[in-house]
Amino acid sequence: MRGTSRLVAALITIFAALLLQVTVFPHFAWDGVVPDLVLLTVVGAALVTDPRYATLLGFSAGLLLDIAPPADHVAGRWALSLMVVGYVVGRLAHDHQSASARPSYPLMLVTGAAGAFIGSSVFAITGLLLRDPAVGFGEQLQVVVAAVAYDVLVALVVVPVTVWAFSREPGPRPAQVTPRAPRRAPA
Amino acid sequence: MSLDTRPPRQAPVRKVATARERDEERGLPSRSLLVALVLACVALMVVDASSGDDSPVAPVRRLAGEVLGPAQAGVSNLINPILGIPDALHTNGDLRDQIRDLEKANQDLERQANGATYNQHRLEEWDRLAAQANSTGYFLAPAHVVGNGSAQSFSNTVTIDAGTDAGLRPDMTVLNGDGLVGRIISVSSHTSTVLLIIDARSTVGGRIGDTMENGMVEGRGGLSDDEPLDLELIDHTIIPQKGQPVVTRGSEGGAPYVAGVPIGEVSKVYEELRLGTYRAVLEPYVDFTSLYAVGVVVPTGGPGVIEPGAFE
Repeated sequence: MRGTSRLVAALITIFAALLLQVTVFPHFAWDGVVPDLVLLTVVGAALVTDPRYATLLGFSAGLLLDIAPPADHVAGRWALSLMVVGYVVGRLAHDHQSASARPSYPLMLVTGAAGAFIGSSVFAITGLLLRDPAVGFGEQLQVVVAAVAYDVLVALVVVPVTVWAFSREPGPRPAQVTPRAPRRAPA
Repeated sequence: MSLDTRPPRQAPVRKVATARERDEERGLPSRSLLVALVLACVALMVVDASSGDDSPVAPVRRLAGEVLGPAQAGVSNLINPILGIPDALHTNGDLRDQIRDLEKANQDLERQANGATYNQHRLEEWDRLAAQANSTGYFLAPAHVVGNGSAQSFSNTVTIDAGTDAGLRPDMTVLNGDGLVGRIISVSSHTSTVLLIIDARSTVGGRIGDTMENGMVEGRGGLSDDEPLDLELIDHTIIPQKGQPVVTRGSEGGAPYVAGVPIGEVSKVYEELRLGTYRAVLEPYVDFTSLYAVGVVVPTGGPGVIEPGAFE
C-alpha cells in the first residue's frame, strides 16, 4: 500500500480519530481523561508502514491536534509528541519484526501502551518546560498514568482497526526489507 | 581476424550502498528529516508560547475551527441520540426509586421553604423586641404567646410561656416590638395569663404624646371589632386630633403599667353630644391577632432578660 491510497487511509483514520476523540469520548471520560485516539492511530500506522512515513504522519497528526478547535495549549506540543511516537514505534516495529508478518495482537497492545506512555509523557514534559498549563508534576503524572491505562483499553480496538486500514492491500508491504538479489559470484 | 569489440568481461562491480541510501531503502527517515521535524516543533512551540495573544498560530486555529467545528457539531448531533439511549432505559423499580427519592427531596425542600419565612418573621419579632427594650429603657423578660383565649369567653386573654420561674408577678406590663400588649393577671410556675388592652375589662392610663393630655384607654372587647380601643380625655374641652400618638401614662410603682409605652394613635374622633365630651377611637400599634414574641417589663435584669442597649 503506497502513495495515494495510503494518504487517503491516513486522512480518513486521522480525521475520524480526531472527531471521535473530541466529540464522542468526552461522554465516556474518566475523570476528564479521554483516550488518545489520534495517538493510537499513529501507533497502528507505524506498525505497518515504514518509520519515515510514521514519523511524518505523527508530525502532521499532532499538528492537526494542536490546531483543532478545543486545543488551547502551545501549538507544536502534540506535533512533537506524536512525531516521537511515530518514529519510535516505527523504528522498533521495523527493526524487530519479520518483514511480511502482520503484527500480532499482543504486540499491538504493547506498542499501543508504550506509544501512549511516550506520547503523554513527551506532551507533559513539554508542558512542564514551557509552563504551559502551570500544573505540578505529581498531578501530571496521575493524568499520564490514567491516560495510559485508558489508552490500553481503547487500543484493544483502535490499533487493530488502524492496522487493518493501512494494510488492506495485499502484496508486499512497503516497510519490508526487500531481500537483495543473490549475488552472482564473479566468474 | 576479427576484433573483439565486446567490452571485456569483467566481474560486476559490487556496489556498496552508503549508510544513507541503505536507510532510505529500508524506509528509515534520514537524520536531516528528523532534525528538521524536531526543530519545526520546537520553533512552533517557541513562537506560539512567546507571542502571546497575537500568535501567528491563532489565525490557523481559527481556520481549523471553521473547518472542523461544523464537523464536530455534526458528529455530536449524530452521536447524542445514541448516547442518550442508556438514559432512556430504566426498569420499573429504578423509576419507583427515583420517584421516591424526588418526593422525599421535594418534601424536605417544602418544609425548608415553609419554615424559612416563619423563622424570618420570628427573628424580626425578636429584633423589634430588643429595639423596644432599647427605646423604652426597660428590662424585658422575653416570652412566647402559646395560647389564645376563645372569643366565647368574652375575654381577650393570652397565655405566655413564662411564669414565676422567670420572675414574673401579676400586674406587670407586657409589650412587644410594636407597643403595649397588656398586663399579667395571673401567673403559674411556667406560664402567665395576660389581659390584652382590648379586653373590655382593661383600662390603661394613657396620655397623648404631643400634648401630654391625660386620659383613659379602655378596651372594647372583641378582636374583630373595628374600634378596639377608646380614649377618653380627662379634660373634656380638649379635642383629640386624628393621628396623635398615645402612650402609657404609667402607674404608681410601675404596676400594672409602666410609663412611655406606645399604645396606638387616634384614628377617629366622636363628639358625645349628650355628655358634651369627645371620644377618640385608638388604632393600636399591636396586631393582636398575630401575637408571637412579647416581653414582660421586669424590674431588674437576670438570666435571659433583654437589657436595654444589649442589642444595639
